[in-house]
Amino acid sequence: MQIETQHEDFEGHSWIGNVLRKLHIDIPLFLGLLLITALSFVILYSASTQNLDVLVKHGMRSCLAFLLMICLAHVNPYQFKRYSTILYTFGVVLLVAVLLLGVFGKGAQRWLDLGFFRFQPSEMLKIATPMMIAWYLSEHALPPKSRELVGAVILICIPTLLIAKQPDLGTAMLVASSGAAVLFFAGLSWKFIVAGSAFLGALMPVIWHFLHDYQRNRVLTFLNPEADPMGKGYHIIQSKIAIGSGGISGKGWLESSQSKLDFLPESSTDFIFAVFAEEFGLFGCIGLLTLYLMVICRCIYISWQAQDTYSRLLAGSLSFTFFVYVFVNIGMVIGILPVVGVPLPLVSYGGTSMVTLLAGFGILMSIHTHRKLLPT
Amino acid sequence: MSRRYTINNSAAEQRIFLNRVVAAFILILVLIACLIVRLAYLQIVGHEHYATLAKENSIKIAPLPPTRGIIYDRNGRILADNIPSYTLELVPEQIPDLEDTLQKLQELLQISDEKIEQFREQVKRNKRFASIPLLLRLSDEQVAEFMVVRPFFPGVDIRAGLVRYYPYGELVSHVIGYVGRINEQELKTLPEANYRGSYHVGKSGIESAYETDLHGKTGYVENETNAQSRAINVVNANDPIPGVDLYLTLDIDLQKTAYDALEGYNGAVVAIDIKTGGVLTFASRPGFDPNPFVFGISAKAYKELQESESQPLFNRVLRGQYPPGSTLKPFVALAGLEYGAIGFQNRMFCPGFYQLPNSTHKYRDWAKWGHGSVNMNDAITESCDVYFYKLALTLGIDSMHEFLQKFGFGEKTGIDLVNEKPGLFPSREWKRDVRKSAWFPGETVITGIGQGFTQVTPLQLARATATLANHGKVVQPFLVNRVLSHGVTLPPNTPKDPVLPVHPENVDNIINAMINVVHSSRGTAKKIGLGMPYKMAAKTGTAQVFTVKQKEHYNENQIEFKLRDHALFIAFAPADDPKIAVAVVAENGGHGGTVAGPIAKKVIDQYLKMVAASAN
Repeated sequence: MQIETQHEDFEGHSWIGNVLRKLHIDIPLFLGLLLITALSFVILYSASTQNLDVLVKHGMRSCLAFLLMICLAHVNPYQFKRYSTILYTFGVVLLVAVLLLGVFGKGAQRWLDLGFFRFQPSEMLKIATPMMIAWYLSEHALPPKSRELVGAVILICIPTLLIAKQPDLGTAMLVASSGAAVLFFAGLSWKFIVAGSAFLGALMPVIWHFLHDYQRNRVLTFLNPEADPMGKGYHIIQSKIAIGSGGISGKGWLESSQSKLDFLPESSTDFIFAVFAEEFGLFGCIGLLTLYLMVICRCIYISWQAQDTYSRLLAGSLSFTFFVYVFVNIGMVIGILPVVGVPLPLVSYGGTSMVTLLAGFGILMSIHTHRKLLPT
Repeated sequence: MSRRYTINNSAAEQRIFLNRVVAAFILILVLIACLIVRLAYLQIVGHEHYATLAKENSIKIAPLPPTRGIIYDRNGRILADNIPSYTLELVPEQIPDLEDTLQKLQELLQISDEKIEQFREQVKRNKRFASIPLLLRLSDEQVAEFMVVRPFFPGVDIRAGLVRYYPYGELVSHVIGYVGRINEQELKTLPEANYRGSYHVGKSGIESAYETDLHGKTGYVENETNAQSRAINVVNANDPIPGVDLYLTLDIDLQKTAYDALEGYNGAVVAIDIKTGGVLTFASRPGFDPNPFVFGISAKAYKELQESESQPLFNRVLRGQYPPGSTLKPFVALAGLEYGAIGFQNRMFCPGFYQLPNSTHKYRDWAKWGHGSVNMNDAITESCDVYFYKLALTLGIDSMHEFLQKFGFGEKTGIDLVNEKPGLFPSREWKRDVRKSAWFPGETVITGIGQGFTQVTPLQLARATATLANHGKVVQPFLVNRVLSHGVTLPPNTPKDPVLPVHPENVDNIINAMINVVHSSRGTAKKIGLGMPYKMAAKTGTAQVFTVKQKEHYNENQIEFKLRDHALFIAFAPADDPKIAVAVVAENGGHGGTVAGPIAKKVIDQYLKMVAASAN
């Protein structure tokens, strides 16, 4: 037997509250997401140089993603736990399939063409990996010992390496960090964390040694985009001009000159934050960051309130990964991180990342709205 | 279901988790603070700077491709030059209607459909804001015609640049190689940043082997542009670093002598400076004109080259693999002495053929009635086959393989060029692994006279000859003079065993016999020795292209030209103080002494004259 709970947050009995509650929707989180999504239309309208087609497509994609979120919120978190291994295994098999297709199709491939739509298995692993690690660690006593650590690291490495091979370094990094976040929340000893970081650091020169000259050049460009001002560096230089010229208060909506005249490439996708910063200035940026922070706070609150180890670890990891998304994208656009293909969550146009993100929020809502009342 | 929801041992686990949540939250706050600090820096401190840059929406970055290094011969004559050329370039992003523009340009400048198609391919592969060439090497008239209408073509412009030119054409085509348009394959492996704005890459020869050095480092310029995206002012520039100028060891006059001497034959001439290993001539005939490749050779012209019977695209020096024939004999003889299989003065009787015990198969000597009683000196001077059949059998294939491999047979020389062929010197293991069959004594017999499985490249032959002349001190062939070519990064090749363990007196004996090849009345190359002012040591060779049946005789005049024997010749001079080693292969030239010998003589004559002249 499980008991549905209405908790302290919303004691109101308005009919709309009732409906949302019946839908297993967490209202503060829902409102936060809605607000950011609404803002995304405003920015996209400007970034796409007022292209309504783009807005319609973005709208359709958002609806689909929100629908999926609501569906997942209905699922009992126990089911997530139960299907963790299956989902993970399935995802890895699909990754291998994609890789083989790439080998036979003579070229890099990330997609699995299912005829009616193209599916990107690496997106699925963004959720399946933390689920798997959370399940694996929750089956053992916390904090994880060295044996569990080794197991978890292997489980993280399999999808990460497969995705990195595609090659999709951005996604690989997100998958790895979502898995690592679970380990962190499970209370992995600081000793291991420090040793692990040191080991990774020490591994770099070894890997470097085995690279070809041209591969080294790629890595150098990746780390120092300014060295390739016509490629990745071009993005960075233009994006810095856009952001800097925005100043404190911004040039105003639809007034960004950099993106309009096509100086800023990928202005509606990965570099959309630059458009926003140019139009709304420092105040706007702080506002957007605050909005993101509010969503993150709610997510962390949800993981705090979660009632079993699995839910806690999964919720913690999903919340943290959401932050990583925000940080990596903005960090790249403002030139403090290397350029990797990570979109600004909920705002960037295109890709399947929006669906994946909202699926994650669906799981968080499910975890929160299926708690039972504890005897106090 | 609810069983799973019971909280097991939760107090401790929850506490750990809550601690971590707090840690994570603090981390998140710190990192967000970092973002805000950086944003504040860009938008408050940097605002003025960036606002100026953004004012005219006007910063465009363009690559500044470096000037490719020039290639000189040893005397500073230019073998690969850069000449000015005008290129018509398009930036798709700035063109309102690309198809319309292409059509108009095609009419205006008479551009072929093939070129337009190539351009479309390039557009697909490049970024939209990249400048892509449509037409290379515009004539002055074409430049003038376009400049008149230039304002009506936004995003289209003419760029003055330098392109490769090979003044000596086919003469050095195989050693210098050529540059061509970067293709899809190369796009993946070339360092992206360094090749922006470069359309050419070395495809073969020196141009390919020293690509990194010749290319140099790309710079870039930040231009302020007007609304039509044309540059009006330079904001910031980072100059390119030009490629390294290469000085080769090659001597273009000597190369020409060698190439001309080969006239009438397909073949190769290699000459090596024994003292240094520097390659003096590297002639592969026929060559081809590399200049059309620079601008994209037409499919028809390329097909003609590829299908030509004389294979002009084939680098015979580096990749031609020929049976060495009798040119192998001095090395087999030296093996015999070193392994104690025979003494220099030991005599054998040559009746004109040789039979293995219990076999009726006759291994014939080129002299039908035989050479009579011969010692090693006679066997080399007269090129007696029977002597070497017997010697090979005494030595055995294992010893021969071990010894000849040290002279570089069956291995790449490691010259500073790419795609070298290794040739082949057979061994028991090779036959077992590759041919899946046991080694037969008959195969040892014919290996002794350089027939059978053995294959050598002309370069290998020259290297082995130079090493022999150098009394076993291995001569490592190379083309780029590292001292003169400042800043070359390619590391030099060092030979595996720098000095071969051979006895000087044995080498002297072999060299004396090789001198007799040219200077004694019974030598197979005595004709070229007449009136020679210096002493040359040499060996002739004739390599069978097809096998004469047991009952038949080889008659040069009765067989088709392309089935005739290859003529080979190795030589070095002066014999007492060797300066130059030469290997000549004239395909289907018949007898080595008659055809290949005079070619080698011309090269050596000229080189020794040059050395004497520069000494004065």
